This record gives sequence, C-alpha cells and structure tokens, in this order.
Amino acid sequence: MSVLVFIDTNEGHVKKASLEAMTYGAKVAEQLGIAAEGVVVGTAKDDLAALGKYGVKKIHHVNNPALDHLDAQVFTKAIAEVATKTGAKVIVFSNNVDGKSIAPRLSARLKAALVSGAVALPDTSNGFIVKKNVFSGKAFANISLNTDVKIISLNPNAYQTIAGEGTAEVVIADVTIDTPKVKVTAVNKVSGEVPLTEAEIVVSAGRGLKGPENWKIVEDLAHALHAALACSRPVADAHWRPHNEHVGQTGTAIAPTLYIAIGISGAIQHLAGVNRSKVIVVINKDPEAPFFKAADYGIVGDAFEIVPKMTEAVKKIKG
Amino acid sequence: MKILVCISKTPDTTAKIAFTDNNTKFDTSGVQWIINPYDEWYSLVRAIELKEADASTVIHLITVGTADAEPIIRKALALGGDEAIRVNTANADSFYIASQIAEVAKQGGYDLVFTGKETIDYNGSSIGGMVAELLELPYISLATKFELGGNKATVTREIEGGEEVCEVNLPAVVSCQKGVAEQRIPNMRGIMAARTKPLKVVEPSAADTLTAVASFELPPPKAGVKLISPDNVEELVRLLKEEAKVI
Repeated sequence: MSVLVFIDTNEGHVKKASLEAMTYGAKVAEQLGIAAEGVVVGTAKDDLAALGKYGVKKIHHVNNPALDHLDAQVFTKAIAEVATKTGAKVIVFSNNVDGKSIAPRLSARLKAALVSGAVALPDTSNGFIVKKNVFSGKAFANISLNTDVKIISLNPNAYQTIAGEGTAEVVIADVTIDTPKVKVTAVNKVSGEVPLTEAEIVVSAGRGLKGPENWKIVEDLAHALHAALACSRPVADAHWRPHNEHVGQTGTAIAPTLYIAIGISGAIQHLAGVNRSKVIVVINKDPEAPFFKAADYGIVGDAFEIVPKMTEAVKKIKG
Repeated sequence: MKILVCISKTPDTTAKIAFTDNNTKFDTSGVQWIINPYDEWYSLVRAIELKEADASTVIHLITVGTADAEPIIRKALALGGDEAIRVNTANADSFYIASQIAEVAKQGGYDLVFTGKETIDYNGSSIGGMVAELLELPYISLATKFELGGNKATVTREIEGGEEVCEVNLPAVVSCQKGVAEQRIPNMRGIMAARTKPLKVVEPSAADTLTAVASFELPPPKAGVKLISPDNVEELVRLLKEEAKVI
C-alpha cells in the first residue's frame, strides 16, 4: 500500500508544485501509516533519488522520451498501472495544468473519488474529508471521498515544501505505453521569467500605469523581489501586456504568498483570480478603490512615486 | 462535423456566497443564474464560429440538471446551436455528471466535445477529462486557440510559463479558456429562434457518485487593510518582511 505522488516535470526538471505535492503526499502517508512513493513520466534530467528528501521512499520512472509532452490519455493509463501495482490508496497531483488534465481521467478510469484544488491535509477522523476552494476563492467545501482509492489534486502554493533527509529508490516502471495521439508541434515559452502559477510573489499592475511604456518600474520591483509579473484584464485587452500575464476570473487564477497590485481598482472578477493570495498589498491613488477592502496592506498614493521607492527599499533589505 | 457543447448553470460572478442547512447547502435565495462563463464565452462561441465557417456543422448543447436549468439552456440556444439536451437529474458529483454526458455523447456520435476549463462555482476542472476517459478519447485541456482542418484539430494549450501547439485527430474532447473565442451578446433574432429550437429531456442513466460535500465554510474575514503613509514606503517593506514574513 502506498500514497503515490505524480511528480510533474517541465523539460525534464521537476516542477516546484511537485515538491509541494511530495511533501503533502508524505504527510498523508504518515497519517495513514503507509509509505509515500512517486511516479515520473518521460525523460528526467534531475537526480530523482535526491527527491527522497521530500519524503518519497521509492520513485517509479516511466522513462520514455515519447512521453516528454503530455498526452493525458497515455499518461493516465501508465499512472493507473503503477497505482494498481503499488496498491496506491491515495494518489496526489498538483492542481496545475498537467494535474487538471490527468487527475480527472485517472478518477474516471479507476473510479476513484477526486478532489481538485485541495488546500489542506485530509481529515481522517470520520471518513476521508479534504478541504478545497470553491466559488472562485470565495468559500471552501469539505469534500468527502467515498471510494477505496482516492485522488487529491493539491492547489499550487497551498502547502509548504519541507526538505528533510533521505534518498529515494528509483525503479524503471514496467507499464504499457500507448502511442500518443496528441502531437506537440511547437512550444512557446516566455523565457527567463518565473511562471505565474508557480510564483510565490506576484507583482501586478493595471490601468493606473497609464500606458505600456511605464512598465519599467513594475518590472524593476518584480526583479528585485524575484517575482512574476501579472496584469489586469483591461491591460491585457488593450495589448499593453501579453495575455498570459492576465490574472482574474477569465485569466489565470493564482495563489501566491504575496500579491502586489499597483493601479488596479479590484473589480470582483479580478479578485476572483487573486483572492487566494496569502498577503495582498494594494497601491492605488483612489482611496475608494474596492481592492483596499480585500487588502492586508495598502498605500494610497501615486504609483509612479511609490513603486521606485519600494524597489529601493526591497534592494536595501535584501542586501 | 457534429459538436457537443457542455453547458453548466452557475451563480453570477457577483452573487453573494452564503450557505444554509448547517452549512451543507449553497443558499440560492436571491441568486442570479448565468451560463458558466467559460462554457458560454469560449466553447459555445467557438463552436458557433466553426458552424459559421462550415454550415454543415451541427451543434448540440447538453446540460445536466433539473427543469430550473432550462432558462440557461435557452439563453445558450439564443447565442447559437441547433438543439439542446437536458439530462433530467439534480446535480450530484462531477463523476456522475460526466457519466451522463459521456452516455449522451456515445449515442450521438460526436466528432468533438467542448467544455469550459472549469465552472466558476465548484472550480473542479474535471468534467472534460472524465468524459474523455469514459469515451476513451484524447483530451486537450486549457485550450487558448482551436483550429480545424478536415478531421484534424490544431490546438494551442496553456503550459507552465507559456503555451504549446498540438495536433490531434478527431474525435476528441477539448476544454476551452480565454483566447479560444470572444464573448458574444445574443441578438433578438437569436432569442426568438431559441424559443422554437428543440430541447430534449432525457432521463439519467445509472451512474455512481464518488464524492459528497460534507460542509461548506467561508474564509475568516480579513482583519482589514493596514494603511501606510506614501511617505513611508520603507515601513511597508519592513512590515512585509518582519510582520507578514513574505519577503
């Protein structure tokens, strides 16, 4: 019996969200008195044995370059076979792009109850209940998983990674690998930046910046904080910034530990994408901006004066 | 080309979120219902565009719900689509709903099943993947572009820190998000036409539920914003480091 964690990779490197999933899976395994194991699909460039420090004892590697790009159907079949062979009781995914594609398929294939967007460890005192975000971050639901095998898809940034000691045993998984039907023909990466959904700190700006030529002060602050950049919908719609930076209900939903909103009024659709952030800082010249109601810290004032000062203060504090 | 578009009824984005029956049920009093925005703006509109490009395309809409979902499905028909199917059952969990959609899809012989990337109420992002697995079809999730060339779809999908372009032969299941299409407003002609379009009601097939909502809860209220003087930006940075401990 095991808790099996899907260890997701990006160009062969383990994603940050998967470190969280492993730490979480190890804790669930401890709750159940069983071992945590992992499964990696496709080529791996990182030292998989070293992932033992996140609490996984054994890693099953489906080592086949045909699976370097996601085909959820083929991945699901391979992961299902590993899960069955290892007697997985709980299967953990990160609720990122790959998790959203694979976990529901696996749920249907194994007829295993799925909770997607989990934010806490299961409560096993009376059944198996997992808390998740619902209503776009405005509430939580406690979901009872009523099958023998259970699948948890953990929200990125919802569980703190803990690195301890240990080495994992790495085994090559002997599973069926079907020919992928989804053929990837091009990959367009925004290089050199922190991926928005994985970022711990996000610096975001809106129409208050007045024009795309004024983004340097935002970029400087993001750089000083090692943060990802984001923007509001009007900014993306006006093509001041690329669409992949748009956060909010119709854009990307994020949950960083720190979200800094500059010149964004805080419409409800924007809040729906960011209200899971742990700490929200709002900088806006309008004291009536609705965003202040959702903020932890705020400055009422001119972003063009405040943001450069903030960048300097961050540089000073970080040495 | 025969397309099935999945339509979900959700509370309006601005609806007040509250719970009743000892926090076990969503309080629907005073709630405005809408078509789930991802279903409406992206998957439905893209399907309509495909029909505009090729008039032989047939679009069916499906919703799983009781009779109170009919105004929503009529509203969707006002935007476009040839007919709608309502599976007459109260919403259970996502596996049960996906099983109903898969059953209808199996009988209908669709080339393409479209879903939104998630619903704005349960945020499960699960129906598309489950339907695909039940139908044993390829699944491309979180599409930002969808093009059709004969029997082959070229789909751009979101990945961490970018996007990738992929190709798949139909039939397939695709979940859609921003980028796939632009929101449309139904016109009077569409609204009139929707009144007479067929809306078939079918009874649910046997399926299991795997999960249940034990309870809901609201997040603890925010302590309120701590305002810092614009002349003292360093104090904000100090608070973020020493009090909030986030930098």
